[in-house]
Amino acid sequence: MEELQELLKTYPANRHSLLRILQAAQRQMGYLPGEALREVASYVGVSPAEVYGVATFYNQFRFIPYGTHHTVVCLGTACHAMGGQLILDAFERELDIKAGEITPDHEWSLDRVGCIGCCTKAPVVVMNDAINAKMTPFKVEEVLAGLGLQLKRSTDSEGEEAGEREPQ
Amino acid sequence: MAEPVTEKATVELTIDGKRVRAEQGEKILWAALAEGIAIPHLCAIKEAEPPLGTCRLCLVEVEGQGVVASCVESVREGMVVHTDGERAVALRRRAMELLLADHPLECKDCPKKGKCDFLQLSIAMKVKRPKNYRPFPREELPVDASHPRIIFDPNKCIRCGRCVWVCKERVGEVPFDFIQKGYEMRLTTFMDKPLGESDCTGCGECVEVCPVAALCFKEGG
Repeated sequence: MEELQELLKTYPANRHSLLRILQAAQRQMGYLPGEALREVASYVGVSPAEVYGVATFYNQFRFIPYGTHHTVVCLGTACHAMGGQLILDAFERELDIKAGEITPDHEWSLDRVGCIGCCTKAPVVVMNDAINAKMTPFKVEEVLAGLGLQLKRSTDSEGEEAGEREPQ
Repeated sequence: MAEPVTEKATVELTIDGKRVRAEQGEKILWAALAEGIAIPHLCAIKEAEPPLGTCRLCLVEVEGQGVVASCVESVREGMVVHTDGERAVALRRRAMELLLADHPLECKDCPKKGKCDFLQLSIAMKVKRPKNYRPFPREELPVDASHPRIIFDPNKCIRCGRCVWVCKERVGEVPFDFIQKGYEMRLTTFMDKPLGESDCTGCGECVEVCPVAALCFKEGG
């Protein structure tokens, strides 16, 4: 928070600089925690609720940190037409979080965007700044397992197998 | 040098064929109402500057200018206003239909029953809730009853912004504001915390100006 105080001092303390401060604060911290929003609010002299209102208006601001592995599912026109929603559903199912959320262990975070720009590779997913082209729900599991996620399904099936073995 | 006789200059305009004098800078809506010319209005607060202009129920036609919100547009010398122009009336009615379509009509069990400005205005405008369209399905939001005095039901909110204005004006530190945008826009507190955990003093100014039952006093509170 001291870094944020330093940052605030470089901007004039009025409501006109609110957006620029929020952008700079997010650049500095990666996201906008509630504490930071409060500090910004008291610095520019508007209520925290109004700062929250302004920040939620713009999609560029996020209020939770990125996970170690940040996943962005493209739902632009091409990706949508090629089943991007199914890919997002697969991620939500496997990670057990919704788009815009983060897992409790802060390992995985999930987001959706309008278009990434490589529509010929639809549906596209960006994981840790690497593009995964022509995704399928099956490839979602593969990619996640490759990054070290303990897939629910595999642990479940192990449990089932163990259960099957027991009566023998 | 001509000394100004009165402090504020007045202008003359015509509203529905009636010649009206109004103070410079006054909005059409208030000039008309002062002359007994009725224009439907819901979100308008005379002291609000800039005006809220959110409900779109006070649309009128101005010659040479088209349809304007009368609570936002200032009077001008020689302005000719028609409050019952065909286009303005159609747009007003549609605005009311859209508000009604997105408002749960549970008037029987509503705490504002009998004193709901919104319902009374819809009756006065003879607009009924459109039966066959509901634009997008909306997720029902939880009712916030955490505050000792005030109940906030976000589902009933019509997003007029009167509560935010009055709180800013009379209290200063507003515990709530609109978040998101477009159809997802809704009233909530800082970081979506319950109202009871916010700095809300419970003065009830917001409840007084709420045209629907989104903000209500608790029974016996």
